[in-house]
Amino acid sequence: MRSPSSSGQKYSLSAQPQPSLRQPEFVAALLAPETAVPPGLTGPDGSPAGKRFDIYRNNVAVSLTEALETGFPVLRKLVGEAFFAALAGVFLRRHLPSSPILARYGQEMPAFLAEFPPVAHLPYLPDVARLELALRAAYHAGDASPLDPAALGALAPEALDRALLIFSPAVQLVRSIHPVHAIWAANSDPAAPRPRPGAQAALVTRPGFDPLADPLGPNDGELVAGLMEGKPLGLAAEAGGDLARVLSLLLSRNAITELCT
Amino acid sequence: MSNATKTLALAASVATALAGLTTAAHAQAQEKCFGVSLAGENDCAAGPGTTCAGTSTVDYQGNAWTLVPAGTCAEIELPDGRMGMTLEAVEAAGFEGLNRDLPEGTDTSVLMPVDGA
Amino acid sequence: MFDATRPGLPARPGVGYKSRHFQALMTDPGPVGWIEIHAENCMGDGGRPLAQLQALSARFPVSVHGVGLSIGGEAPLDRDHLARLRRLCDRITPASFSEHLAWSTHDSRFLNDLLPLPYTVATLARVADHIAEVQDVLGRRMLLENPSSYLAFRESTLTETDFLAEIVARTGCGLLLDVNNVFVSATNLATSPQDYIAAFPVEHVAEIHLGGHDEDRDDDGAPLLIDSHGREVADPVWALLDITLARTGPKPLLIEWDTDVPDWPVLRAEAGRAARALDRLHAGG
Repeated sequence: MRSPSSSGQKYSLSAQPQPSLRQPEFVAALLAPETAVPPGLTGPDGSPAGKRFDIYRNNVAVSLTEALETGFPVLRKLVGEAFFAALAGVFLRRHLPSSPILARYGQEMPAFLAEFPPVAHLPYLPDVARLELALRAAYHAGDASPLDPAALGALAPEALDRALLIFSPAVQLVRSIHPVHAIWAANSDPAAPRPRPGAQAALVTRPGFDPLADPLGPNDGELVAGLMEGKPLGLAAEAGGDLARVLSLLLSRNAITELCT
Repeated sequence: MSNATKTLALAASVATALAGLTTAAHAQAQEKCFGVSLAGENDCAAGPGTTCAGTSTVDYQGNAWTLVPAGTCAEIELPDGRMGMTLEAVEAAGFEGLNRDLPEGTDTSVLMPVDGA
Repeated sequence: MFDATRPGLPARPGVGYKSRHFQALMTDPGPVGWIEIHAENCMGDGGRPLAQLQALSARFPVSVHGVGLSIGGEAPLDRDHLARLRRLCDRITPASFSEHLAWSTHDSRFLNDLLPLPYTVATLARVADHIAEVQDVLGRRMLLENPSSYLAFRESTLTETDFLAEIVARTGCGLLLDVNNVFVSATNLATSPQDYIAAFPVEHVAEIHLGGHDEDRDDDGAPLLIDSHGREVADPVWALLDITLARTGPKPLLIEWDTDVPDWPVLRAEAGRAARALDRLHAGG
C-alpha cells in the first residue's frame, strides 16, 4: 500500500507503467450505469473500485436531478415527484448542462417534453416549462430603472403613435394555446382559481427582486408581443387587445425602461 | 378609423392607463411573491452516497413508465363539469388549434380567451 | 509575480454563503469574519443574488470559490467561463480565489461533480498549465484545493501531496487545505490522515476548509465516507484540524454546509467551534 508521506517513492508508486484512463471513457461509464466500472480504478490495496465508482455516478445524477427539481417546481407538481425524478434521469443523460452555471440548466426542457412519449397526453407541459424558465431568467436578469410613467403622459398624441417602448431585460412573454398562466398559478398559489381551458399568455416581469407572472388574454398577448418586437405604439395597438389595460400592467410592473420617440 | 381618431384613441388609452396607476395596483406590484426558486445553486458537496439515482436508469418504453402522470394537478374545469386537461379531453370540449406545431404568431384569437380578456 | 500587498482573508472563521442566511449574516454574524461564495452562483446579470453579494462584499472580506472551471480536465479551459470569473473578480475584488484539483466538464458538457484525476507527470503538466492560465487571466494568485477521494488510479505515480507541492513550485499558486477531505480520502483509501498532513506543503496554505461527511460502506463492508457537507464537522476532523493548525499556524477557517442547510444559529455555532480552535492555538503559543 502506498504511503502518503513517502516522498522517496515520488515517481515510483506503480511498479510498472499503467495504461491511462481517458476522461471520455470515465464519462461514458459515469452516465451508463449498466456498464462496467472502467479498469484502472481501485479501492485500497488495489482492489477494483466497484461501488466506489457509483458515488460519482450518483453525484452527477442526483445533483442534476435536484437542479431540475428546484428549477421546475410546478412541472414536478403536475407530473408527480416519482415521475419527475425518472423523467429527469432521461433528460439529464440527453441534455447535460452546456455551462457550469446551474441556474441556466434545463433550457431544452420544453422541447424535450414536446417529444417525450410518456407525456404526450399532457400537451400543456412544454408551455408550463417555458413559463418556469422565463421566471428563472427574470430572477437573474440585469437590473434596470423603470420609466417614469409621466414621460408617457407628457407625449403629444402624434408622438405617442410613433413611440417605441424599451423593455426591462427581465420581461418575457410566454404565449400558449393552453391556459398556461392559470395552470401555473393553480399549482403555485393555493388561493388561485381552477384553470379553465383556452389560450393564454403569461407576462413575466420583475418589479423588484421577485419575478411575477400576470395572465394575458390572447389579444393582449398579441399586443405585448408587438411592442416587445419593437413595433411603435400605434402599429402594435392595431393587433387588438386593450391598450389601456396592457400599458397599466406594464407600467405597474416596472416593465418599461425607456421611451423612444 | 381615421388617423386622427386613432391617435386620439391612443392618447385616451394612455390617459386611462396612467390614471389607473394611481390606484392600488402600483403599490401592490412589488409585494406579491410566488417564491420563485433560485434554481440549481452550484456547490461542491457530494450527493447521498451510492443510492440508486445514479446507478439505474428508467427505460421509458419499459414498465416503469406505465405509471405515467395523470396530470391531475392541472384539474382544468371543462365546460361540461368534468375535470382534466388531457389532449383528448380538450379536443372533446370542442377547442381547435391544439396542434403542437402551431407556428409563432398564429392568430389564437379564435380560441376561447381566459379571464374574459 | 502577483501583487503581494493585496489583503487576504483574515485568520478567523468564515462560512460558505447561503442566500437564506443573508439577513442573519448582516445583523448577527457572531464569530464569522469573512464569507465564501461559489463563483457560479454569482454569474447572472443582476437581481437579488448580485445585490446581496454587493451588500455582503461591502461588509465582509469575500472568498470566491469556483466549482466549475474543470482545472483537471483534458480539454482546454473554457475561455468564456474564465472571462466570467474575471468579471466577477473585477466586480467585487475578492480577498481570495480558489478552485479544485478535479475536473467537471467533458466535451463542453458540465457534469456538476468534482471528478478525480490520476497523479502522473502528464496530469501534473496539464494542471500546472491550466492554473498558470487562470492566474494570467485573473491577474492574481489562486488557491488549489485537495479533493475528496473515493477511489485511486492504478496509473498514478505521484502522491497527492507531492503532486500539489510540484504544482505550487511550477505555478506559484497557493493551497486550500480541506481537512475534512483529508480525513475522507484517508479513510476511503486506508491511509493515515496524520501522515498526509505531515507531508503537506503547509507553508503554501492560505485557507482551510471544514465540512461534514456521511458514512457509507463499500462492497467489502469497509467504511466509505462521502463528502456531503450536510451536517456538523465530525470530531476526528476537529482533532485533525488541531494537528494541522499546529503546523500551519492560524489560518482562515471555512465551515462548508451545502446540503440540508441548517438555520443560522447552527452554522454560527460551528463557526464558534472553529474560533475556539484558533483560540487554542494562540493560547498554546
